[in-house]
Amino acid sequence: MTEPNRKGDVWVIAEQNDGQLHDVSLELLSKGRQLADTLGVRLAAVLLGAKVQEHAQRLVQHGADAVLAGEDKRLGHYQTNPFAKVVAGLVQKHRPQIVIFGATPVGRDLAPRVASAVRAGLTADCTDLDIGEHVEPHTNRKYERLLYQIRPAFGGNIIATIVNPERWPQMATVREGVMRMPEADAKRRGEVTRFAPDLAAGDFALKILEHHAAVRKVNLKAARIIVAGRAGVGGKENFRLVWDLANALGAAAGASRAAVDSGWIDKDHQVGQTGTTVRPALYIAIGISGAVQHRAGMSEAQKIVAINADPKAPIFSVAHYGIVGDLNRVVPMMIDAIKKRV
Amino acid sequence: MPYNMVVLVKQVPDTKRITGEAMRDDGTVNRGSLPAIFNPEDLHALELALELKERYGGRVTVITMGPPQACQVLRDSLERGADDVVLITDRRAAASDTLATSYILSCAVRKAAEKAPVDLVLCGRQAIDGDTAQVPPQTAEKLGLPQVTYVESVEEIAGGRLRAKRNTGRGWERVEAPMPCLLTVTDAGPEPRPPSAKRIMAVKRARSRAEIQGEVAAAMTGAMPEAVAAEVEKRAAALAARGLLIPQWTLDDIRADLQWCGRDGSPTKVKRIQSVILKGSGFKKVEPTKEAVAGMVHELIEDHTIG
Repeated sequence: MTEPNRKGDVWVIAEQNDGQLHDVSLELLSKGRQLADTLGVRLAAVLLGAKVQEHAQRLVQHGADAVLAGEDKRLGHYQTNPFAKVVAGLVQKHRPQIVIFGATPVGRDLAPRVASAVRAGLTADCTDLDIGEHVEPHTNRKYERLLYQIRPAFGGNIIATIVNPERWPQMATVREGVMRMPEADAKRRGEVTRFAPDLAAGDFALKILEHHAAVRKVNLKAARIIVAGRAGVGGKENFRLVWDLANALGAAAGASRAAVDSGWIDKDHQVGQTGTTVRPALYIAIGISGAVQHRAGMSEAQKIVAINADPKAPIFSVAHYGIVGDLNRVVPMMIDAIKKRV
Repeated sequence: MPYNMVVLVKQVPDTKRITGEAMRDDGTVNRGSLPAIFNPEDLHALELALELKERYGGRVTVITMGPPQACQVLRDSLERGADDVVLITDRRAAASDTLATSYILSCAVRKAAEKAPVDLVLCGRQAIDGDTAQVPPQTAEKLGLPQVTYVESVEEIAGGRLRAKRNTGRGWERVEAPMPCLLTVTDAGPEPRPPSAKRIMAVKRARSRAEIQGEVAAAMTGAMPEAVAAEVEKRAAALAARGLLIPQWTLDDIRADLQWCGRDGSPTKVKRIQSVILKGSGFKKVEPTKEAVAGMVHELIEDHTIG
């Protein structure tokens, strides 16, 4: 696909796993809504699954004007080929101008397959999207109202803004947790189009022999307050301080990659580029120096308290409150102050 | 039954070792200032291929696209046990985005398949310079192969079907895929073996023609171009006779359609690069005393941050 369709809709490819709608699909609707309103076009969601009616309604309530809902009992569990075939077919038929996917393992498996099939550009793991103009330096041609696809690259050391000037649709995957979850509006109405995808047995190349969903022990994304520590706080005993403060605040415990890698705490607790991106009301970083990969996952917190013995630690660059001092002394002081609050 | 396997690998700057010096004033990265390494997850893909070869027999061909110095990852692959290696190098491939790269790699796999049909293509899940994980699925699509991403292990290949365990992010699943297919391997895949000392000795002189040209040009500055060319030919022939000339393919060799390669073949353009700028040091400094810490907690309660 090459010709831009400037009247095309904005599309969100919703993700459903074994009957559960993924949070990222709703998050994408909030950003998709903004983009569609800026462009003056509709926001549509594509939903594929064994059962689609209920989730299609949820997508409408969270901001979709239309839902293309493909129902087939073989689509209950994701596999690449049939999903890619259906989505690529819909893209070719309806010619949306923007298509966004969640940058989940499913989205990152599906989106490049679809992009390749329709020969469109694709940007991975965006942390923001916007609409703006672009002048292509090689041709000096000016393009109006393109999708800015903003993403960290180079191990998080740079932020790149990518555009697809000529070959549309403009496609991107967007990280989980970076867009706001919209409120549901039960009164919203949208057009739900149910269809039976045209799939043959041969489209299901893979046989899923067995699948296990690990239960997440902690949902950092949903936590209002996160208390995070790193391995260097001095020993497994000292990491105790992280838990104590978290308990005093009713907060979730987070950790840097080093703490996870050294086995002090489960991977589900990891904040940062390779862990979870969070935006809590309060983030307390205990002893975390704040490597760029970590900051990428938490700098959007509304309030950040950093406690570190090193006054030059980069974590202070994103902090709202900074305490330079020994965490073994400072953290108990905080716990004490919190317990005395009433 | 032996399997013919192709492993696609990339030489990448070691982004984990980035320092301030690697960042230019305009916010772009000076790649030359960083050590170039074998993309870590590609080593797991190579290891998986080598283990499958040990179990079932077959051949492992490693292909990389890049400048002449990318041959380093090919020598490394030979040292670890690869049978054949190929460098794709062509200036017209520069500035390729993931879509153009996958097109070029798919042409290279097709060319490799001319000698013997390819049963399995293996890639690392993603490269640490871009972290996109897009090239392997795009390559699979262009080759019309099923893909199995995030593979941690291959249990068995039998009856033209491969059983693998893959990470789904939410857990894991075991899948059976028909061959030929493409796998992407994560760092939870088999642990890469070290290069063998014997093989290091055997392949340390292996060079591609582009590398020989660079070496000869550096050694014969001021010499007549004909003399340089003759020396290149001489060295290349000597290496070829010992099986140490690393094959080098251009876009013409792999019959790539130029409209899908390089800048022209890349739908995505970089509009802007910013180095990650730290927010100004606008934080409120709190002394590590009981009173000051209590004061901060009080403020956080007052503004409803702590509820």
